[in-house]
Amino acid sequence: MAPLFQANNLVMQFGGLTAVNKVSMSIEKGEIVGLIGPNGAGKTTVFNIITGVYRPTSGSLIFNGRNITGLRPDQVAKLGIARTFQNIRLFRDLTVQENVEIGYHLRIHSGPWRAVLRTPKYVAEEKMIKERASQLLAQVGLVEYRHEKAGALPYGAQRRLEIARALATNPRLLLLDEPAAGMNPNEGLELMAFLREIRKQFDLTILLIEHDMRVVMGICERIYVLDYGTLIAEGTPEQIQKNPKVIQAYLGVDDSVRD
Amino acid sequence: MKQTTKSLLTLATVILFFTVLYFANKYLDPYKLIILTLCGINVVLGLSMNLINGFTGQFSLGHAGFMAVGAYTAALLTMPPEVKEMNWFAVPMWPPLHDLCWPFFLAVIMGGLVAAFFGFLIGIPVLRLRGDYLAIATLGFAEVIRVVIINVKPLTNGALGLKAIPVVTDVFWAWGAAVLTIFLMIRLINSSYGLALKSINSDEIAAEAMGVNLFYHKMLSFVLSSFLAGVGGALLGGLLGTVDPTMFTFLMTFNILLIVVLGGLGSITGSVIGAVFVTILMEWLRIVESPVDLGFVQIPGIPGMRMVIFSFLLVLVIIFYQQGLLGRRELTWEGIFNLLRQVQERFKKRNKDKSVPSSEVG
Ligand SMILES: Nc1ncnc2c1ncn2[C@@H]1O[C@H](COP(=O)(O)OP(=O)(O)OP(=O)(O)O)[C@@H](O)[C@H]1O
Ligand SMILES: [Mg+2]
Repeated sequence: MAPLFQANNLVMQFGGLTAVNKVSMSIEKGEIVGLIGPNGAGKTTVFNIITGVYRPTSGSLIFNGRNITGLRPDQVAKLGIARTFQNIRLFRDLTVQENVEIGYHLRIHSGPWRAVLRTPKYVAEEKMIKERASQLLAQVGLVEYRHEKAGALPYGAQRRLEIARALATNPRLLLLDEPAAGMNPNEGLELMAFLREIRKQFDLTILLIEHDMRVVMGICERIYVLDYGTLIAEGTPEQIQKNPKVIQAYLGVDDSVRD
Repeated sequence: MKQTTKSLLTLATVILFFTVLYFANKYLDPYKLIILTLCGINVVLGLSMNLINGFTGQFSLGHAGFMAVGAYTAALLTMPPEVKEMNWFAVPMWPPLHDLCWPFFLAVIMGGLVAAFFGFLIGIPVLRLRGDYLAIATLGFAEVIRVVIINVKPLTNGALGLKAIPVVTDVFWAWGAAVLTIFLMIRLINSSYGLALKSINSDEIAAEAMGVNLFYHKMLSFVLSSFLAGVGGALLGGLLGTVDPTMFTFLMTFNILLIVVLGGLGSITGSVIGAVFVTILMEWLRIVESPVDLGFVQIPGIPGMRMVIFSFLLVLVIIFYQQGLLGRRELTWEGIFNLLRQVQERFKKRNKDKSVPSSEVG
């Protein structure tokens, strides 16, 4: 079976700086794959290329058998790739429920006129959105915050809400940019359980960037390692931990990884 | 509170309001009636600007341009042939215009549609810009529209403007349009599309990542806003009976901006209150521009003083009270009833406090 997602020789140059250099990766349906590397290695840039924020200088992206290189972010989202951001980007002044409802907006078929006139078709769609959003919030354990402003939530809940919002777009591939950042070890464990849970419930494939090695090694089935924009290793957590190039890139000291 | 109860309350308020307008129309003097009518038009204009600036967060300053398009379109469509002949004495009129004589309602709608079309054309290049650049570009386009109006004489009669336009706009037209606009805005903002607009306002990058097509939604907001500005302009022309290019300078846009900022960017009810407040204050402040005779000294009137005061007011609001009157909140029935309940409880409490000592005595 063809992989769900493939990146072929991605290159991203910003002026003279090559942030991503000939990166190729391939992800099978249902996998949880890690993308790690020291600060400034180009991990977030890879996410930005995949989701259409940047157009790669060269290289191509294949998702679900389709070439998605150069599509706009909203088109990519519509095709089934959702993401979270390294620095949380919630709609802070909207409520938790509204944040999630926006994720369903891209599946609405009624045009704005039907929405204003509240035709039966639109009303039915809106009802479905509201129900699904409530259901999703219950599933991820945020239902108690429903009517609160997203910006007023505790940090951990915000991270969780960002994932819930991404899930609302009904993705097949979920990209998580440092979901465990700022969490204590206990919260990290909870997050791992949560990710496993949503993978099962939503039939997801996950690519995650993470500095917290317990999370990465604990949850990823396969890991790509990026250094100065180039892939230096790929393999299972055990292989990666033993790989001399990786140890070299991280100066061999596990603790420096988190800086 | 139940949805049906709220709808009934709203309906009752609208009926009551139009009954009041009916009597106002009958008994108020013409000057006050014009101000009341202006209030209604400014509600339309305020909401129009709030849609794109407040709810969608796209800082657009092109309103005067779209109003001009609406006002000229409606004027040209409603003026009977004799009046047109009278207007174009300096240059010949573009012949197809001569016999057009539409009913006012259709002319106003057409004014809105033509303005919306201009909004669409201008939107294609400018809506890709952000923040200050968008403001500058829209401001520029509004000025371009004005310059074109001055120069395309066969169509617009140039700097002379159009006079003796049939005066049709009254309180019912203005407030009818206002109420319809309020209704449209409430429906739109509370829909999934409204949510998409608010998400763009909140964080464009996140909105796009969530599948919101930025260009489509900004265009939707911009075109609808232009339509409403065109309708407002058409109604204004039909109220004053004249339109000319000097009416549609940046000052016009500035007045509407004032309404929106004072009322609260992102609040429908805020814009309504802001529109009424600014319109009345603007008229009332005419006093400061007229000469004052204090018996022993005479202070000559200072033209433009009103704008100085208003600019100052805007600066104060922006520095000390950025939220405006309502911020992003809305005045809702729940809110009103909660307030009434609180007042009532406070009264009860006060009465109780008074009665306690007397019972001890007894
Ligand atoms: N829009 C841009 N313009 C110029 N340079 C950029 C841009 N985006 C990223 N870069 C550069 O590309 C390199 C990779 O950045 P990126 O954010 O992808 O790193 P990262 O691996 O996510 O790092 P971190 O772990 O700190 O999040 C950095 O040197 C960064 O400065
Ligand atoms: Mg990063």
